[in-house]
Amino acid sequence: MERVPILKIGQTLFVSIQIDLQDDTVLRLQEDLADELATARANGVIIDITAVEIVDSFIGRMLTMIGSISRLFDAETVIVGMRPAVAITLTELGLSLSGVRTALNAEKGLEILNGKA
Amino acid sequence: MDELPIRSGDDVVRVRQQVRTVAAENGLSLVDQTKLVTAASELARNTLVHGGGGMAGIEVVKSANGRTGIKLHFTDDGPGIPDVNLALTDGWTTGSGLGLGLSGARRLVDEFELNSKTGAGTSVVVVKWSR
Repeated sequence: MERVPILKIGQTLFVSIQIDLQDDTVLRLQEDLADELATARANGVIIDITAVEIVDSFIGRMLTMIGSISRLFDAETVIVGMRPAVAITLTELGLSLSGVRTALNAEKGLEILNGKA
Repeated sequence: MDELPIRSGDDVVRVRQQVRTVAAENGLSLVDQTKLVTAASELARNTLVHGGGGMAGIEVVKSANGRTGIKLHFTDDGPGIPDVNLALTDGWTTGSGLGLGLSGARRLVDEFELNSKTGAGTSVVVVKWSR
């Protein structure tokens, strides 16, 4: 099973998903992020899904859960870089990703976390 | 027809990739490819998690008026679905999910047929047509 790396830059955890996600990989990412949040004193998480070709109900639920988990560690999650086709499909699927913020790109995501937006 | 086994999470990823390749080769738009691959992901996961594994089939079909479509078959010999109508309801779930898998997959395709009997497995056939 592949793992998604988590980078800490300043007070922010960066996750850029570059692989075709299988369910176990997403579960592992959720656990790794919770561990990082508990130890790294981060105030925000940016998840870049620019390279993600599909978000199905499982992946969508995991993204929502990552948002909820980070809030328990006083951090906010911003999903950035969603492809238009993914946004259309998610909406038709009935998923709203409630509880996580979204931004067009990583730069805008950082602005949200830094309170500029 | 391409046939692929669904026995693990990696197999689900392979099914998605193969559906994407066939859909792109046959002229589905990017949005339609994404919808079909997302539906395939939901259905392949159901085959794995609820059906205990099974097979996926990918087929290129032609309509009477000459349109190209991608037809996907998902079959398992699992416990089956006791109440198919209930299983197709938004929010109905057997587990920890959101209950959008089956109902969501149906919304993402043009044709959807589900056959299941308690104890006799489940088969789902879907079609997405090029526009």
